[in-house]
Amino acid sequence: MTVFPGDTVFPGDTVLDGEHLHKRYGRLHVLDDVGFTAADGEAIGIVGPNGAGKTTLLNVLAGSVTPDSGTVRLDGADVTRSGPQIRCRRGVGRAHQIPRPFGGMTVLENVLVGATYGAGLRHREAHRHSIEVLRRCELLDLANRRADTLGLLHRKRLEMARAVATRPRVLLLDEIGAGLTDAEAAELVATIRELNAGGVTVVWIEHIVHVLLQVVNRLICMDAGRVIADGEPSAVLSDAVVVDAYLGKARS
Amino acid sequence: MTALAYRIDRSSRASRIGSSVLIGLGLILATVPQFFVATVVQQLTSLFIFVILAVMWNALAGYGGLVSVGQQAFIGFGAYGTVFLAQRDVPPYLAVLLAAGASAVLAAVLAPLVLRLRGGPFAVGTWVVAETLALLVVLDHSLGGGTGVSLRGLNVFRPDERRAYTYWLALAFLVLLLGAVFVLLRGRTGAGLQAIRDDQEAAASLGVRVWPLKAGLYVLAGFGGGAAGALILANTLFIEPRSIFGVQWTAYMLFMVLVGGIGTFEGPLLGALLFFGVQYLFADYDAWYLIGLGLTAGAFALFLPRGLWSLVPVRLLPVGYHLRRDGPGVF
Repeated sequence: MTVFPGDTVFPGDTVLDGEHLHKRYGRLHVLDDVGFTAADGEAIGIVGPNGAGKTTLLNVLAGSVTPDSGTVRLDGADVTRSGPQIRCRRGVGRAHQIPRPFGGMTVLENVLVGATYGAGLRHREAHRHSIEVLRRCELLDLANRRADTLGLLHRKRLEMARAVATRPRVLLLDEIGAGLTDAEAAELVATIRELNAGGVTVVWIEHIVHVLLQVVNRLICMDAGRVIADGEPSAVLSDAVVVDAYLGKARS
Repeated sequence: MTALAYRIDRSSRASRIGSSVLIGLGLILATVPQFFVATVVQQLTSLFIFVILAVMWNALAGYGGLVSVGQQAFIGFGAYGTVFLAQRDVPPYLAVLLAAGASAVLAAVLAPLVLRLRGGPFAVGTWVVAETLALLVVLDHSLGGGTGVSLRGLNVFRPDERRAYTYWLALAFLVLLLGAVFVLLRGRTGAGLQAIRDDQEAAASLGVRVWPLKAGLYVLAGFGGGAAGALILANTLFIEPRSIFGVQWTAYMLFMVLVGGIGTFEGPLLGALLFFGVQYLFADYDAWYLIGLGLTAGAFALFLPRGLWSLVPVRLLPVGYHLRRDGPGVF
């Protein structure tokens, strides 16, 4: 099954949701009463100007940042206080904005960490799964290379591959397309679509909106720590408030 | 559709030969006390102790990223623990075993404290712990205070018997600890630890349980350090707090691991052999010897950061992973 943008996806059960999320850094209110719901199988894009709180929201959902108040639930169970390692093993995969490869390990070993810990696979099962992930992310030829010798494109692929290796049900992607050429981004889009079609819920922060729109069927726009629009992508993009947030009020 | 088939190899011909050679070497070494004079036995015992120290520090810093400058805390604790138990009529060799176990317990107690720290502060913190323990021992007169103390109770054995037993015990500890590190690295824990070393947050986001892995490794290194300390005492029969708790142990471990190859299984073995030779040849030059050690370790850190073993394209033990193409296959 291939899902095309704009297709109506039957909304499944809620997989991951957050309620009344607040996070302050000093006087900066990075998350200001944010609510978020992701249903099974959805592909959600998050856009918004720099400093809108997008990455912090992703951090709170992944468990690497604890919110000052509010609740995060995974499959309806409260996980607000559980760390990223627990959430990962329960199905939340995460790729960072700036790739964070394990530089002293090979590409294959990087992926094996996700397969053995995140997905809990053992021995041959873990090996087979890792090879499959490397193939899907086009990293097979680099499998035995040390990760600190990779260039940007391959670092991005590895960041994605490791997260996929954990067999996530929800995949949180942070600007995974930034810095890539159109052709490179197209490969990425194909991979993410394939995962989504396979049932993985995708939550994707991206500045390159036309790339994002090839995958997502729902768009959230954030500004100054709040969600200012949430819904069908074209509707969100034509929303006056969103246009203001992005382009400033100088147009009038 | 035909596609290329891939598989992951853990061992290679080199690693199969390497493992067999290491096991054979261990068996041969076990017979040494029967054939060689006392000095050889005693020298080899101290070589084993150096290997234990290098392997443990490499596991801790090279694989776990826990760059401790204070493992001498456990060396001293193991040695003084042995003295403490022997003074209470525990048979000396049993005391050695118990003191090593007690060092592991000490590490488990310290872990929640020192593992809160990372990087530089962790290094300094571990050193502070070692200095604190040294001061506590100096204050305790029943342990000889600042002047040192001898291990009693070993005079029930004839000297060559005693040397042989100490030798075998050191070899047994060495085999045990090498085996433990091998099992750790062979399984998923090896990859998990290296992931923590390279990026703790990213490791957690891939499902790695950071805390139990780090604490487990710290306890293992504590046990190894304690065993080494107890064996140093059994080998030399006399210790004093300034030297057994001295930071020079860390300098030695740094030298062995950096020169041999940090983060490789084989590097510290090579490093310990080299260090043993260097010490044999140059130890009489005192201050200049230490300066030379420091300069060499520094030069390696700068110019050959992965040590001599990185020049050898072979892995002696099957702890890595290698993706191999099987040739055309059908899916």
